[in-house]
Amino acid sequence: MAAIFKQRNIITGLVLLSLVFPFITQNEYYLHIMTLSFIWMIGVYGLNLLAGYTGYLSLAHAGFFAIGAYSLGILTVKAQLNFWLAFILACLITSFLGFLIGLIALRTKEHFFAIYTLCVGYIIYLVIDKWESLTEGVRGLIGIPAPSNIGPISFQTALSQYYLVLVILLLVILIVYRIVHSLTGRTYIAIRNSEDLAQTIGISTMKNKLTVFVLSTFFAGLAGALYASFVRFIGPDIGSTAITFDLLTYLLVGGLGTLSGPIIGTILIVWVSQQLQFLQDYRMLIFGPVLTLLIIFYPRGIVGAFTGWKHKYEDKRSKNKDIPNDSLVKSKKQVKEG
Amino acid sequence: MEILVQQLFNGLTIGSVYSLVALGLTLVYGILHIPNFAHGALYMLGGYITLTMMTSLGLHYWLAIFISILAVGLVGVLMERFVFHPLRDSPPIHDKIAAIGILLFLEAFAQFVWGADYRTMPTPYDQVIHIFGITFTLQRMLIIVSAVAVMILLYLFLKKTFIGSTIIAMSQNREGANLVGVNTNKVAMMTFMISGGLAAIACSLAAPINLVFPGMGQLVILKAFVIIILGGMGSIPGAIIGGYILGFSESLGATYISNDYKDIIAFVLLVIILSVKPKGLFAKEGH
Repeated sequence: MAAIFKQRNIITGLVLLSLVFPFITQNEYYLHIMTLSFIWMIGVYGLNLLAGYTGYLSLAHAGFFAIGAYSLGILTVKAQLNFWLAFILACLITSFLGFLIGLIALRTKEHFFAIYTLCVGYIIYLVIDKWESLTEGVRGLIGIPAPSNIGPISFQTALSQYYLVLVILLLVILIVYRIVHSLTGRTYIAIRNSEDLAQTIGISTMKNKLTVFVLSTFFAGLAGALYASFVRFIGPDIGSTAITFDLLTYLLVGGLGTLSGPIIGTILIVWVSQQLQFLQDYRMLIFGPVLTLLIIFYPRGIVGAFTGWKHKYEDKRSKNKDIPNDSLVKSKKQVKEG
Repeated sequence: MEILVQQLFNGLTIGSVYSLVALGLTLVYGILHIPNFAHGALYMLGGYITLTMMTSLGLHYWLAIFISILAVGLVGVLMERFVFHPLRDSPPIHDKIAAIGILLFLEAFAQFVWGADYRTMPTPYDQVIHIFGITFTLQRMLIIVSAVAVMILLYLFLKKTFIGSTIIAMSQNREGANLVGVNTNKVAMMTFMISGGLAAIACSLAAPINLVFPGMGQLVILKAFVIIILGGMGSIPGAIIGGYILGFSESLGATYISNDYKDIIAFVLLVIILSVKPKGLFAKEGH
């Protein structure tokens, strides 16, 4: 019971901290970086749902991010649609394309899936780059409007945009939390651990995988649309594989298949990158080996390593207290680790 | 007609390079079942090492290629030892992510050491030749001839030597090979050595007709993946045939369809293949 209160306290504390953050620092630049990290986090949660919980490594994630961003950009700049209508449409378009691609992509498994999605991502990037009449090609889309007012609330200032993104992020986390801790989430984990076994006990793997894939692209599209309205300028580069690898790094450092991993990984890497700005082009000299070493020694990232230590400590204490029921402890551990 | 012949010749050139890269990739896949995303970085590294040997040390083209083969092969061996070997028992998703980590590192490393500029590699074989109404440089001829020679050598090595047959044995059945006394660790390292060497040869041959830059491996590796899926993952003849098929379809596609979208042909091909046959064209049947 005490543990739950402790966890709940930590969560409340973090939410409060993020709420008052703009008042702690008056630095506009920090606010900008923080908003950007929140946007990335939404995308990383999408990736986590698919790669972390279902075990399918999609390398087309930046492609869907770009589809979301470009849908919003084209609908508002070229079609002159109302912002919020365009925003919803952008998410729907991305999910719909995700549905179509998922239908075919999910027939493949493991390596084939990774390679297939890598190629899909590259096709998306090339199409955006070359289809100049629609996307303006390498020049990029300029003049994307900021979110329009909802009733009396306006989103013209950096502060209001910060809160808008924060609210959407919290909603995303809540949705992911509810999914992961439901039977559906357990189903996804079952598919990750053994697809054949999951099928044997009567899980429709294709249907479940497709749902996760569409959800994951929805989050990517959502993040893309937010990004477009926040930065107000987009180029084809946001769909490149480099962005996919960035998102993957955030997820890996935080913890693949953990709930808090995306938050910790993104914040850490984004801030470290800001501090190391003088080696912007060379940051992969550090992050590349970090990625490889993490996957060898701590495949579940910072969060995974931390919970591992915690469990070890708790096990030791309970062993001293009484004779532990070994199988019970193990199954509890499995449930906790997900 | 002349355009067609010229384009077929170009397809043969590009196809030779693709085949060499795909061969390295398919060898590693056959042995360890790892899709080595870092293979493109090895390709790029091979180009840079050859270039550096030629420009700063003033070595001859062939000598530079030889050093480059050794160096990149060594990088391959180190990769196997320090990354893929410790990961041999983990879920398949881990290998892929580790390979991506290496790829990112090597690309940043190349940019750090050699800069982001596009460079040209000089070649002693830039004479222009006219035969049968088609025009080409000697370098292109050289690419085709050397690639074929390397493929024949590799084939002889795998089929006629004892060490070569241990590689084949291991790709057929790892545990079986281990049981009859094949040192699987050694074979894995050697496969990475050969794979890296092939990438270095491919890039050193192709670089004089292209450019050398840190991101040069990205497209090539993606296409090599398309090829080995086309030819069956782990299949050696498949990689060679697939490479030439892709080379021809690209050079013909660039002329007759659209030059802008020529890079997309490979991926569209792959998407169609995997949509119809999710396990690749020549996959073994059964679960």
